[in-house]
Amino acid sequence: MKARVTVMLKSGVLDPQGKAIGQALGRLGFENVGDVRQGKVIEIELAETDQNRARSKLSEMCEKLLANTVIENYAIELK
Amino acid sequence: MKAAVVVFPASNCDRDVATALTQANGSPPKMVWHQDASLPDDLDLIVLPGGFSYGDYLRCGAMAAHSPIMRDVIARAKEGTPILGICNGFQVLCETGLLPGVLMRNAHLKFVSRDVHMTVEGANTMFTARYKPGQRINIPVAHGDGNYFADKGTLDRLEGEGQVAFRYVEGENPNGAARNIAGIYNEKRTILGLMPHPERHADPLLGCTDGKAIFDSLVSALS
Repeated sequence: MKARVTVMLKSGVLDPQGKAIGQALGRLGFENVGDVRQGKVIEIELAETDQNRARSKLSEMCEKLLANTVIENYAIELK
Repeated sequence: MKAAVVVFPASNCDRDVATALTQANGSPPKMVWHQDASLPDDLDLIVLPGGFSYGDYLRCGAMAAHSPIMRDVIARAKEGTPILGICNGFQVLCETGLLPGVLMRNAHLKFVSRDVHMTVEGANTMFTARYKPGQRINIPVAHGDGNYFADKGTLDRLEGEGQVAFRYVEGENPNGAARNIAGIYNEKRTILGLMPHPERHADPLLGCTDGKAIFDSLVSALS
């Protein structure tokens, strides 16, 4: 099973990289660009067939290592 | 004082801090590799040095926080063994949860390497007894991720309980850190994490000795 974990800064936490990207898009002439946020995508292959078990393993991975939940949220997608 | 310095892959201030400890203490600290399973017995102090452990992969300090040696570091911390975390060491302490909050990317996105002035907020701890309360000291910073952040409740608690150890002087905050925080203690004040590098201002040859008092304070408290 393949999983995709997306880690994003929580809303309200300043994201200077997202801001810099937004400003660069403006400089390139792209109009109507609103708030830009940058995050991380982590793809993981799991030797697991049960979706629920996979999900709970992945949550544990996120809590322990993949995200710092003081400032980041995570979302898990299974394929 | 029996001290140990933990060396991670890409630590780069481990030998500097060992020199500062040796000068203050008269004998060198033990250097402990991150893959060792345990620390030497009867340690009085554990130091997590500055650097870029694991190339700052994922988040600064995140990989080092799960190094094999950290299990024993956390166990000793819970027994009350004092810990000093400098720069990357501070990031590792936050990632392990031994200190609250997190060190985010500098607000201006630039790596900053220069001297800054900060005030000694919580004097009379084992780390700061040789300073005067409120003393203004000059210590260099060198980091890309030193922007201290915690939720409002945590920040209020840190300030209320006297856990803010050092604060950048107003107007000299190099990274956007919340409430100008440069360093914090745990609740029992046995653990100190700070972004500036006291070991870089601990010898007259370096042009300034404002950081030396941290090592002298530790030696007199723990010997």
